[in-house]
Amino acid sequence: MNFELTEERQMLQDTLRRFLASDPADIWAQMAGLGIIGALFPEQSGGFGGAGFDLAVVFEEIGRADHDPGLIDNALLPGMLMLAAGRDVEGVISGEVKLGLAHAELAARYDLDWVETRADGDRLTGEKTVVVGAEDANLLIVSARVADGEISLWLVQPDAPGLTLNGYGIAQGGRAAEVSLNDTPAELLMDSALPAIRQAMAAATLAQMAETLGAMETAIELTRDYLGTRKQFGRPIGSFQALAHRFVDLMAELEQARSAVILAAGHLEAEPPVRDLHISAAKNLLGRAGRLVAEETIQMHGGIGMTEEYALGRFAKRITMADHRFGDTDHHLEQFIALTA
Amino acid sequence: MDLNFTAQDDAFRAEVRGFLTETLPDALADKVRRMQPLAKDDYIFWHAKLNARGWLAPDWPKRFGGAEWNAVERHIFEEECALAHAPRVVPFGLAMLGPVLQKFGSEAQQDHWLPRILDGRDWWCQGYSEPGAGSDLAALKTRAVRDGDHYVVTGQKTWTTLGQHANMIFCLVRTDPGAKKQEGISFLLIDMESPGVEVRPITLIDGSAEVNEVWFTDVRVPVENLVGKENEGWTYAKYLLTHERTNIAGVGFSRAGLETVKRIARRAQSRGRPLLENPHFAARVAQVEIDLMAMATTNLRIVSQAAAGQAPGVGSSLLKIKGTQIRQEITDLARRAVGPHAMPFASEALEGSNAPLPDPLDAGAVAGSYFNNRKLSIFGGSNEIQREIYAKHLMRDA
Ligand SMILES: Cc1cc2nc3c(=O)[nH]c(=O)nc-3n(C[C@H](O)[C@H](O)[C@H](O)COP(=O)(O)OP(=O)(O)OC[C@H]3O[C@@H](n4cnc5c(N)ncnc54)[C@H](O)[C@@H]3O)c2cc1C
Repeated sequence: MNFELTEERQMLQDTLRRFLASDPADIWAQMAGLGIIGALFPEQSGGFGGAGFDLAVVFEEIGRADHDPGLIDNALLPGMLMLAAGRDVEGVISGEVKLGLAHAELAARYDLDWVETRADGDRLTGEKTVVVGAEDANLLIVSARVADGEISLWLVQPDAPGLTLNGYGIAQGGRAAEVSLNDTPAELLMDSALPAIRQAMAAATLAQMAETLGAMETAIELTRDYLGTRKQFGRPIGSFQALAHRFVDLMAELEQARSAVILAAGHLEAEPPVRDLHISAAKNLLGRAGRLVAEETIQMHGGIGMTEEYALGRFAKRITMADHRFGDTDHHLEQFIALTA
Repeated sequence: MDLNFTAQDDAFRAEVRGFLTETLPDALADKVRRMQPLAKDDYIFWHAKLNARGWLAPDWPKRFGGAEWNAVERHIFEEECALAHAPRVVPFGLAMLGPVLQKFGSEAQQDHWLPRILDGRDWWCQGYSEPGAGSDLAALKTRAVRDGDHYVVTGQKTWTTLGQHANMIFCLVRTDPGAKKQEGISFLLIDMESPGVEVRPITLIDGSAEVNEVWFTDVRVPVENLVGKENEGWTYAKYLLTHERTNIAGVGFSRAGLETVKRIARRAQSRGRPLLENPHFAARVAQVEIDLMAMATTNLRIVSQAAAGQAPGVGSSLLKIKGTQIRQEITDLARRAVGPHAMPFASEALEGSNAPLPDPLDAGAVAGSYFNNRKLSIFGGSNEIQREIYAKHLMRDA
């Protein structure tokens, strides 16, 4: 066993940490230039990464920083589906193209196989919901059911007739949209796409978990600093045992979360049932640990932890809202039970 | 032991229900149910309706215009109002300042200020906390220096809830910087329209604009606005805090919140079935419901002890801790129930309260409400401070 990062991944981590700390403008083009988008995809597709541990390194750094450039929704998730369909992602890696995936629907909740949008010939009709990053996409991938009941994937131009986007802000930062399709022309990308969707979602879930882990690290670091500097009753509040012991509990949860993410990253390329078991285990653990970390770090800050101006609150929101995407704590508990039964 | 409400209690409940049906407009109840921020006029409207009925000040004595209800009546009233999604009553004048003036204010102060609280001429806010004085409230630094028949006040208060709507603020100020921390503090009523008062909004993580910083620069306050004696403000402040904690368990809010959770979870679908039938979700709901059933009785037991003439005492600390845990758990369940649709988010501070958002489950601002209600365990004496108070009491002979 060896828990060290390879030299390449360490370099990637250093580059990204420095870059994000510099508070960059035009972040997307610069990330492409630094090869960070390329790190999400394997060599044979023009990238130089794509393994579970590459994703873990990149997204942990993104989570640690106070930005969410949208790499999961505009590059990783739709990009993996393009690759699964035998298309290239060179435009994505170079930063010229941003993709989007419109898959989720209201009745699906967190289930990946619940699609009511219909494909009739090469026309799509249906309602996609909370599509994160949809407004930024140059091209949308849309899932739909065809006549035989299988789920297929389609390419749709954002300005196609019959398509409307209703955008809004989301609590974790960034934007999403309701995407409505009414007899909208589309180009078939892939038939029988559910296995490919599950694979891409597994990668996206891992990425989001690494991001949450990074956000938990920052929330905990901010709290440690605050416990050491905030004084009440003439003492640093970290000297009150009631807080100090609970803070140590958070450290234990953080290390557990890190291990869960490592386990999931190491099994991303495994057979689907093994892969999904580790993804679900990690997502359930992160949901529980994340809630504790978000709530406790706010509590230990007192009022200041609830303000939009101070960074902690924003990290706590990202950690909390992560449980509303890619399946929540309960959803993955059920998946885990089903996979281990 | 008799666990039943009396016929009189039942009649009272029916009367409250009738009043709410008749008086509370659907649009306003809907705003409350959907956790939308209320406008100043919404509060003013509701206060006026309650005042017209004589129900605005449930625990004030009748001679001051209160309803003088007992613990059970208050419980029934709070529960019915919450279940009907009535706006909450702004507590600063009614539940905080009112009782202090009644106990420690001069007759002239009572005659002048109490009617103005009831009829809405004054909107009060609470100026206790400062950047350096939160849990350690007695560390407050805002100075008041006597100058003829005025005090001259300089300093900063913070976290002032709804201060943007207020024309009056009651403040703890330091009048004797040489004395021990608790001994140099006075209780002062300050007109916010005085020169030198500045209110700056603080945006919270749910996007709400409900708290503020209030700055005082050489603000002149007439001496008749001193409550009680100079340098004895700490006694009054502590008295006020016990009142601040009377409805601290928030059982009515929890009941209403749990109804909201169930309503959402009946609408939300999980594999073609209502989420409320999902065993994991149903188990979470059931556990909170069990806790809440017991909490309602715990609350009544502790509160009615106090009503029978015993001091409210440290029991209110237990009510605060457990009551807020239950309330916060319910806000967590509501956002869980909504699933991905908890993400759409609008900021009152940035966009106003009416930004259109998709809400297919008709759930309202559940994520915002979850984040906003983190405050329950922070303010009114944080839950850690409540544990300190209770532990000190338990271990007083150790
Ligand atoms: C939404 C909101 C509205 C508010 N409205 C008002 C208002 O209208 N008027 C007003 O005057 N104030 C108001 N407050 C202020 C509130 O009373 C304070 O936030 C509270 O007293 C805590 O102080 P603090 O935020 O400075 O945190 P701190 O006192 O700095 O506490 C930070 C952390 O340390 C813990 N801690 C502190 N001392 C101890 C100890 N001895 N042992 C163990 N743990 C300890 C606290 O519990 C907390 O977890 C409001 C606060 C909020 C969040």
